[in-house]
Amino acid sequence: MKPATFAYARAQSVAEAVAALAAHGDEARLIAGGQSLVAMLNMRLSAPRLLIDINAISGLSEIAVEGDGLRIGALVRYTQALRAPLVARHAPLLTRAIPHIAHAAIRNRGTLGGSVAFADPAAEMPACILALGADIAISGPDGARVVAADDFFLGLYETALGPADMLTGLNLPLHGPDRRVGFAEFARRHGDYAMVGLAATATARGAGLGDVRLAYFSMGPCAVRARGAEQALEAGDLDAAVAALEADLDPTGDIHASRDTKMHLAGVLLRRVAGQLSEQPQ
Amino acid sequence: MTRDVPSPLTALDRPNSYIGRAVPRPNLARLTEGRGEYVSDLVLPRMVHVVYVRSPHAHARIRAIDAAEAKRAKGVVAVVTGRELAEVCTPWVGVLTHMVGLKSAPQHAMAVDRACWQGEAVVAIVARTRALAEDAAELVEIDYEPLPAVTDMMTALDPQTPVIHPALGDNLAFERNFTGGDPAAAFAAADHVIEADFGFGRHTGVTLEPRAMVADFNAGTGRLTAYLGTQAPHMMQNILSIHLGMSEQQIRVVCKDVGGSFGIKVHVYADEMATAALSKLLKRPVKFVADRLESFLTDIHARDHRLKGRIAVKADGTITAFEIDDVTGIGPYSVYPRTSAVEANQVVNLTGGPYACPNYKARARVVFQNKTVTCQYRAVGHPIATAVTEGLVDLAARRIGMDPVEIRRKNLIRDDAYPCASATGLKFEALSHHAALDKLLAMMDYPKLRAEQAALRTKGIHRGIGFASFIEITNPGAAFYGVGGARISSQDGAVVRMDATGAVTVQTSATEQGQGTEAVIAQVVATALGVPLDIVRVISGDTDQTPYGGGTWASRAAGIGGEAAWQAGKALRANVVAVAGAILQADPDSLDVRGGAVVDAASGRERLSLAELGRIVYFRPDTLPPGFQAELMAVRHYVPRGYPFAFTNGIQASYLEVEDGFVKLLGHWVVEDCGTILNPQLVDEQVRGGVVQGLGGALFEQCVYDAEGQMQNASMADYLVPMACEMPDIQVGHIVSPTADSELGAKGAGEAGTAGAPAAVMNAINDALAPFGATLTEMPFTPDRILSALKQARQRGGADVAAPAGTPA
Repeated sequence: MKPATFAYARAQSVAEAVAALAAHGDEARLIAGGQSLVAMLNMRLSAPRLLIDINAISGLSEIAVEGDGLRIGALVRYTQALRAPLVARHAPLLTRAIPHIAHAAIRNRGTLGGSVAFADPAAEMPACILALGADIAISGPDGARVVAADDFFLGLYETALGPADMLTGLNLPLHGPDRRVGFAEFARRHGDYAMVGLAATATARGAGLGDVRLAYFSMGPCAVRARGAEQALEAGDLDAAVAALEADLDPTGDIHASRDTKMHLAGVLLRRVAGQLSEQPQ
Repeated sequence: MTRDVPSPLTALDRPNSYIGRAVPRPNLARLTEGRGEYVSDLVLPRMVHVVYVRSPHAHARIRAIDAAEAKRAKGVVAVVTGRELAEVCTPWVGVLTHMVGLKSAPQHAMAVDRACWQGEAVVAIVARTRALAEDAAELVEIDYEPLPAVTDMMTALDPQTPVIHPALGDNLAFERNFTGGDPAAAFAAADHVIEADFGFGRHTGVTLEPRAMVADFNAGTGRLTAYLGTQAPHMMQNILSIHLGMSEQQIRVVCKDVGGSFGIKVHVYADEMATAALSKLLKRPVKFVADRLESFLTDIHARDHRLKGRIAVKADGTITAFEIDDVTGIGPYSVYPRTSAVEANQVVNLTGGPYACPNYKARARVVFQNKTVTCQYRAVGHPIATAVTEGLVDLAARRIGMDPVEIRRKNLIRDDAYPCASATGLKFEALSHHAALDKLLAMMDYPKLRAEQAALRTKGIHRGIGFASFIEITNPGAAFYGVGGARISSQDGAVVRMDATGAVTVQTSATEQGQGTEAVIAQVVATALGVPLDIVRVISGDTDQTPYGGGTWASRAAGIGGEAAWQAGKALRANVVAVAGAILQADPDSLDVRGGAVVDAASGRERLSLAELGRIVYFRPDTLPPGFQAELMAVRHYVPRGYPFAFTNGIQASYLEVEDGFVKLLGHWVVEDCGTILNPQLVDEQVRGGVVQGLGGALFEQCVYDAEGQMQNASMADYLVPMACEMPDIQVGHIVSPTADSELGAKGAGEAGTAGAPAAVMNAINDALAPFGATLTEMPFTPDRILSALKQARQRGGADVAAPAGTPA
């Protein structure tokens, strides 16, 4: 459980980090909180020649309202986000979801940006970003760009990030008075990666719901929207929404849950989260 | 208390007794200051680190090893193959003569020409640091020829299954058949016969500190010092001497602090033998610390049993017979020297044990397979025997419509029936099943819980209550290992010495694994001697310094090591008052030692401080009467002789809710009878910790293997140990039935929690799911299994009530 030898560079700016990535290609990895990467290094599942530490880059640890969005810098830690009044007010989905992520020691170091960039299929943050319809800010050799969450998660640990790209921040739409959020997951133990999880947002339209976004995690190679179920919920038919999951989702079983169990629990979660979406805000 | 008759005052009721008090552990401050002496932290001059290149295959022939590049790698001191190491360390065979028919194959410290499980060491890399050794390990090229792996224990004995060790003829390591009474007649005459299949997942111990060894062979003295996290230093001294070709006296085993054992660290591990052999080969200290990943593949596993069980009952609830047929897979070798047949043997011995039922039939078959070896882990065999017994009892109660408490009241051995014996011949000195049951029901408020359960049922909330009575083997005498030819001592010793200031040092052969042995030994000696606890220092875990003894396993340290310390403390007190009598010119019988001073026994008035006594003995012996020799050091040894084992008993109850396939533990109660309670806090901690490990086996822990013998979850991310968030409050109560075999009367308490918890949870789950007609008997009870059982029950149409929301379609 000792990592293979690697070189270490501390980037002072995004440009420096991107330049280092461009120079070393696949042999370099960015490290922020390190909560997934260090374990992989120690198990020698990953053996980069160079670690580029981005923790010293200033300006990436901030949470701020900019225009009609909430900007969360790439280095914002889970604990920081959980305690931030701006997050509680403008992104209550994150406030609901973050306590489910691992344990306090991990939340103290782990970053929201790192989780989105890593795109673990069982992680909470990619699904939250997808449910929120957030934008992901990226800097690369050709400059800065923004990618919508719907276009960001491409497959198993595969995202719109190129080999020399760095995720610099997340832009979340501000929570409005008619917005509803829901979050629930099943895990064998508190803090484990979910067997099945669901992050959701919607807009209240009278007694019904519009703009429903259901983002499942641990139900495929990456966070995935259940579009059939979204439409059924918008039509006000919860049973049809649960039935639609059969076509929306195609999980593979693993040692903690068979495919049948995952599909069954996905339906249970949908009923639970649909209840949350229908609740009046406090 | 069990007995209605008030017990007379005994030696335990000495003034200022520490017996029965939750005194703080003397080693607590040291450990919490980070000054523990764990082998993992030990650094010696010229020390090098070994990393083992391990077989990725469950079964493979080793065709060739190319280590040339590894030998040239940075920091590498030596690269050694199994064949080379076999010149230094002889192989062993894990059998005991009293396990008739038990067979195993010779096992080497490292694979010589064939690896028999995923994780077996094939090449040793010794380097300046662990990291450099790991770097070099990646450069070793091994040409394997994969061989068919035997992984399914249920087909291991089939004729078409390859035989792992052809010289043994088949894959059957051990078989035991037992018949007591007339089970055939009892089953034939029964009003009801209920059958069920039970499964117990393979799991492991997951100690906080992994296995660790620093082996230091000193060419100058010809001695090997093995710093080893072990439960049995003298056993390891003997075994290292045999296989390294050294005299026992040339081996010193040092075992200071150990970060948890649970039975994991009482066995002979091939990679630890290899580490010792490498030190002898290289003539310098070699350190091996298993990392977490290799711990999962090389620490012993346990359980992995499948049983068919049957119970015969009369319509009035009288249990008339039990029958079991057990199969267990133990990996490719029987573990040395305690063997891997013990768990199955215990299952045969213990099933039905709490009940007055003379008719019993059992078969157990122990088979080889290409997986990590299994051996004794906390509560060896008990969780299996208890779950099968208690599962069958509950199924019988449900069949005849009897409350689970009533069927137990009717059949548990009466509290006034002792001494008596079980169907398998286990001798019970004094147990308290009924007193324990009564106390448990009061603690949990059984009627209230049943009412709550019924009220919630109507709201679609499904809770269950489950019970598990059990017996537990503790304080083993020579019957466990000595009679089988293993040089594993069943006696323990203590040396108690008073120095010139009156301070006391105890050397004990019991060992400390983090459970508080040192505290208990200090309490016992302080009480026996009559001195304050804080002047008693305990030394353990060093074969050069402590008396010869067994160590800590099978819930024996307090009951056996504690009694030796008690007798030694009493002997020293007699010596002290003899000296005091000589100094004071008083009759020694009129004197006592209390509160750290020699006092007049009748009045309690202080006559002489121990410091003054020490001053005279050590510096002015010339003032003592002619011919009088003071002896301020006493030695005593103890082994139970009246009974082969001191059985304890207890009962546990679990209250839980099942929803969406998940089990939420709401409450857990234990009443336990370990005889005299030396330190109630330590006993309760042992019980609670044991319950948690039992709950782990019931709900979370399982070493998952694929059909090729590859472990699928060998990491802390995927192997689920029980965590605090999921644990219920655990209430512990006691009945006290001391053993008359010792003066202290203490029995073991370390494994009781683990013995009963899985059965209580299983019965509670089945109680919760009873309305759906679903019964689960395969551990661990995962959401997959619970949902699948509910689905099957619905497909069978077994449910006589509507399924609640949340059951799978």
